[in-house]
Amino acid sequence: KQKEALLLLLDVGPSMHSVLPEIEKVCSLLVQKKLIYNKYDEVGIVLFGTEDTDNELTSEVGGYQHVVVLKDIKVVDGDIVEALQQLPRGKNDGDSSIYPFLYALTLMLVLDAVIVAMDMLIKKFGETNKGKKRMCLITNAQYPIKESYKGTKEEQVTTIAKQMTVHGMRMESIILRGKLSQDANKGIMDENDRLLNIFSKETSTRLLYVDNPISLFGALRTRNITPVTVFRGDIEFSPKLKIKVMVYKKTSEEKFPSLKKYSDKAPPNDKHATRDVKVDYEYKSSEDPDKVVPPDRRIKGYPYGPQIVPISSAEWEAVKFKPEKGVKLLGFTESNNVLRHHYMKDVYAFLPEPGNTKAMLALSALARAMKEMNKVAILRCVWRRGQSNVIIGVLTPNLSDRENIPDSFYLNVLPFAEDVREFQFPSFTNFPASWLPNELQLEAADNLIKTLDLAPHGQQEVLLPDFTPNPVLERFYRYLELKSKDPDAAVPPLDDTLKKITEPDGDLLLQNRAVIGSFCRSFELKGNPLKKSRRLLGGKRSFSSVDVEGNITAQPANLIENASVKVEKIGDLTPVQDFEALISRRDGPDWVVKAINEMKNKIFDLVEDSHEGDNYPKALECLVVLRKGCILEQEPKQFNDFLRHLCNFCREKKLNSFCDYLASEGLALIPKTEAIDSEVTDDEARSFLVKSESKVV
Amino acid sequence: MDVDADDIFRDDEDDPDAQHSLLEDESSKEYVVYLVDASPKMFNTTCPAAEQDQNDETHFHIAISCISHTLKSQIINRSYDQVAICFFNTREKKNLQDLNGVYVFNVAEREFLDRPTARLIKEFDHLEESFSKSIGSQHGVVSGTQENSLYNAIWAAQALLRKGSAKTVDKRILLFTNEDDPFGSIKGAVKSDMTRMTLQRAKDAQDLGISIELLPLNHPNEAFNVSQFYADLIGLEGDYLVDFMPSATNRLEDMKDQLRKRMFTKRKVKSLKFTIVNGISIQLNSYALIRPTVPGAITWLDSITNCPLKCERTFICADTGALMEEPITRLHPYKNQNITFSMKQLSEIKRVSIGHLHLLGFKPLSCLRDYYNLKPSTFLYPSDEGTDNSMCIFIALHRKMIQLNRFAVAFGGSSSRPQLVALVAQEEVIQSGSQIEPPGMHMIYLPYSDDIRLVEERYSDSSGMVTKASDDQIKKAADLIKRIDLKGFSVCQLTNPALQRHYAVLQALALAEDDIPEMKDETLPDEEGLARPGVVRALEEFKTSVYGDNYDEENEHNTGEPTEASKKRKANAEFATKECENYDWGELADTGKLKDLTVVELKYYLTANNLPVSGKKEAIITRILTHMGK
Repeated sequence: KQKEALLLLLDVGPSMHSVLPEIEKVCSLLVQKKLIYNKYDEVGIVLFGTEDTDNELTSEVGGYQHVVVLKDIKVVDGDIVEALQQLPRGKNDGDSSIYPFLYALTLMLVLDAVIVAMDMLIKKFGETNKGKKRMCLITNAQYPIKESYKGTKEEQVTTIAKQMTVHGMRMESIILRGKLSQDANKGIMDENDRLLNIFSKETSTRLLYVDNPISLFGALRTRNITPVTVFRGDIEFSPKLKIKVMVYKKTSEEKFPSLKKYSDKAPPNDKHATRDVKVDYEYKSSEDPDKVVPPDRRIKGYPYGPQIVPISSAEWEAVKFKPEKGVKLLGFTESNNVLRHHYMKDVYAFLPEPGNTKAMLALSALARAMKEMNKVAILRCVWRRGQSNVIIGVLTPNLSDRENIPDSFYLNVLPFAEDVREFQFPSFTNFPASWLPNELQLEAADNLIKTLDLAPHGQQEVLLPDFTPNPVLERFYRYLELKSKDPDAAVPPLDDTLKKITEPDGDLLLQNRAVIGSFCRSFELKGNPLKKSRRLLGGKRSFSSVDVEGNITAQPANLIENASVKVEKIGDLTPVQDFEALISRRDGPDWVVKAINEMKNKIFDLVEDSHEGDNYPKALECLVVLRKGCILEQEPKQFNDFLRHLCNFCREKKLNSFCDYLASEGLALIPKTEAIDSEVTDDEARSFLVKSESKVV
Repeated sequence: MDVDADDIFRDDEDDPDAQHSLLEDESSKEYVVYLVDASPKMFNTTCPAAEQDQNDETHFHIAISCISHTLKSQIINRSYDQVAICFFNTREKKNLQDLNGVYVFNVAEREFLDRPTARLIKEFDHLEESFSKSIGSQHGVVSGTQENSLYNAIWAAQALLRKGSAKTVDKRILLFTNEDDPFGSIKGAVKSDMTRMTLQRAKDAQDLGISIELLPLNHPNEAFNVSQFYADLIGLEGDYLVDFMPSATNRLEDMKDQLRKRMFTKRKVKSLKFTIVNGISIQLNSYALIRPTVPGAITWLDSITNCPLKCERTFICADTGALMEEPITRLHPYKNQNITFSMKQLSEIKRVSIGHLHLLGFKPLSCLRDYYNLKPSTFLYPSDEGTDNSMCIFIALHRKMIQLNRFAVAFGGSSSRPQLVALVAQEEVIQSGSQIEPPGMHMIYLPYSDDIRLVEERYSDSSGMVTKASDDQIKKAADLIKRIDLKGFSVCQLTNPALQRHYAVLQALALAEDDIPEMKDETLPDEEGLARPGVVRALEEFKTSVYGDNYDEENEHNTGEPTEASKKRKANAEFATKECENYDWGELADTGKLKDLTVVELKYYLTANNLPVSGKKEAIITRILTHMGK
């Protein structure tokens, strides 16, 4: 694998001093990451705007003043990190006293630095290491330029740019503006911009303007991951039209590094100890925990509801879903048929096959037509052979405004029917008036949204994701560096600059404090809790917690009457209904017991008062409903004891015929299967009356 | 689960941790009784709408198919929930209390209220055919009798829901009926008695923590009048009553859709505080409306007994070979040192905010680029823990953000990965009476610069000139786009063929069936449509305008020299083929000595024979043996 050679070209002139601490942080972070992920990469440091001059070109050909090679190109190490953490400043007067000698320069200082860097790379690598030679320039480009004797400035820059391309060098230029640069002559800055733009056009230069410290942090790529194709092949529009593309990941979460487990078993002074921990997995039978089951006796079980279905790998291979590799178009649709929140995963980029002009044109035509018509394409993708699933994705155009970047597409993965939960939420329109904002409040919200603007017109967007670094990762790498020097170092606080990502910008709030104040005042009142009406919000519906407001549903008059006359005791006319009403009364804890007791008495009365069994059916009815009630209220003992007692009572009173009647009607004790608290088994319950009968005989 | 990361569906790039963090806490279980009215009225097909729809869809059929659909998604997504299916107004009876007119449908090896099984789903699918024979429909409330089937049904359902504590389990009764006046056939005191008793029964159930929800079925020309009886039963009031009814619709399909949606209970992921400015914050609930459904975790079984195996993890010090406790220190190599971290330090590094959302500002929606995405979004809706005032703030911001075309930028995200999020206000969308998009805000997780790759810019240094399409080419492309239009495309109308296949296989095996039903892959392009003359013509014209007349040559033409990588691949294959000849594979296979070779050696065979080289050693050996036909 080829190693990257990177030269950092840092402007340390007086006007840069205020931002140098930020530059020190981001550059040392870059090198720290290289120490972890690309520890064989090489790095060198070139400073310009210095008082001194120290580079090979100046001794060889003269000129190239105020350019210092701080570190020659070498494999990354702690020395470079330390050098970057303490960059020497140029003359530190803080005023323009340095300018007189800078004016003396014939070439723009930036160009001098670039030439010095090119020279270093060429001397070290020659024609080798193509595409892996990288320069990274950070400057505010405020140096005035004087006419060159050798030709116009444009020609100069173009010549340098051509040379860079020939040698396969890439350059990133980060130009500081706004808060990061001091007030400078606008004419000088424009002139510089124009020249730097030539670089961007002629070479593979990434030219970035940043105007705040967070963006400076994010703009410098601290870790370059070589893109790997996810798929190369055709987008199939139909069997007759295929366009050759390359698919890459456009976003992919950079994870917190996974750390190894540490073993402290080896003696502390053992220099060769790896400190590694091996993790072993053993599969053991659940019946015999001492028995280890060998791998060839293991089979995978897939859950399906409560069942686990065993399938061997070979079987699974034979029956599983095996889609054919390829990317196929399903069709085009209005872009508003796919909403932003449907995007499921990280994003892919579709680029034309390199060197294939026709594919480039075809994609460009489609992308531009789709953009114009507000359409998106729906694709079905199977990236690899043997992949066991398909992706349905939405393809959106990504038009390029740069001359050396082709039009391309982004693909976002869409959900399948199984992935969507169709929860329903109450409409805001149905809410009571007190929940809805009034005109004044709407206006306050309107003002708040307009003033807390993170993308003000004509200015750079704040917190642009492309330029916003992950503060946690930064903190980890910084801590790692601290620990390498002092193992007992404490966790450092979040970097001051990056802390601004996590909280609102104080300046913005301060500027707009009038609007914020009026917003707060519009919503100042404490308000009433919503909880009372939580049903409306789809909370758990609970009848008892809500007071019924009468006027909405006109209840039948007789119902109201009936409801208002509360049943207090079990009467003679409708004992079954009375019992049910009584046992379901919830305005006191005693009603259940009361209902059961009253019913017991009623049944005794009925049986005792019976003449030749004329009350038996009614008594049975009562017993059945009592039984039901006791099951439901989980009072099986009440019923079982009562039935036993009743039967004994009947036998004593020579009322065996009632027991016979109950037996013939199949009345039984309440067994455990019907009420968990019962101590009676099924058999016992069923045979209770039969047994008592036989006893008597 | 630590058992095995060898998941069947996962892309190589997918990270198991990330998958895991997406699984929200769904520990709360749900017990549901589907209470379906089986009265003759449910079987009427006389409503004119049904005739227009051509198929004789009865309300009974709609209810049954909604339940069947829900069961199928439940066994995949929420298989720990328990269900019972209970019919009332039936001829036969089967229930715990032996009540008349109530029939609990069940299958072997399952309690009445239990987790859904493959058998339940299968037999339930065929229930309609045998319903009249085995269960039968019958009017339950007839004048002159004391029978009250609705009362019985609620009682039976309540008895079914007796198990489990109401604190940990959500208990619900879902009542399907098209009879808005169940006691309409009787009059006088008996009627009021029955009404009173039934309402009391329902109230009792609700007091025990059981919620009763009504899923009314509508006749287009005779709307279901909730206030007739059911409003009291389920405790409805106020504006909600208006909102409650699925809007009268002429299409049964729409009604089915509405019912299906209402059968889900919302489960929130968590509550969070959204700080707008200092001193003003609103309480929100977050919901996972879109999450990838993946097959459940694999359990290892003993292939002889089919008993589940327990996986035991042991930690061994690589230096001394000693067994050890799970280490609490982590290490990272850096500058030839081993830097160690305690778990406490690691969590301190990650602790940036306290898990709440902080508003940072607003941006126009055009700033939300298509590539700002990493994982599924989360839906935010005001919590009922708040006040009417916080609701006001939410609605005011919601309304104005939509009006001004802006989204909010906030800092939040999970504690394991604090990050910037975009809050996009979504207006409620209602189509044919059912809610397609709920009103609220979608939280979209934004990438950091570290997560974005510069693929387009890297591209520019590998190729020469870049050209953009001409106006004519764009016009031809536009014609093509017009031709291949997916009318009314809606996200998630396609089912996942891999998942469907997976569960079809499992279902067949679980029921010991020989045939695995063929699934239709809905994700394939419409070949017939693409072959229509209009489409073909547009395709040809586009092709000609871009490729000229030599499309085939241009496209087949192998562009440029073989790349570095392809040269390397070729060299590798040649090397492997040569190496491969040094082994007597047949002999090794027959004597079982393949496992003694290293994976590198085994891969010579695979590469030489053009087989995939992925997988563990075990899998590789199996592949070699399969290829040799042994």
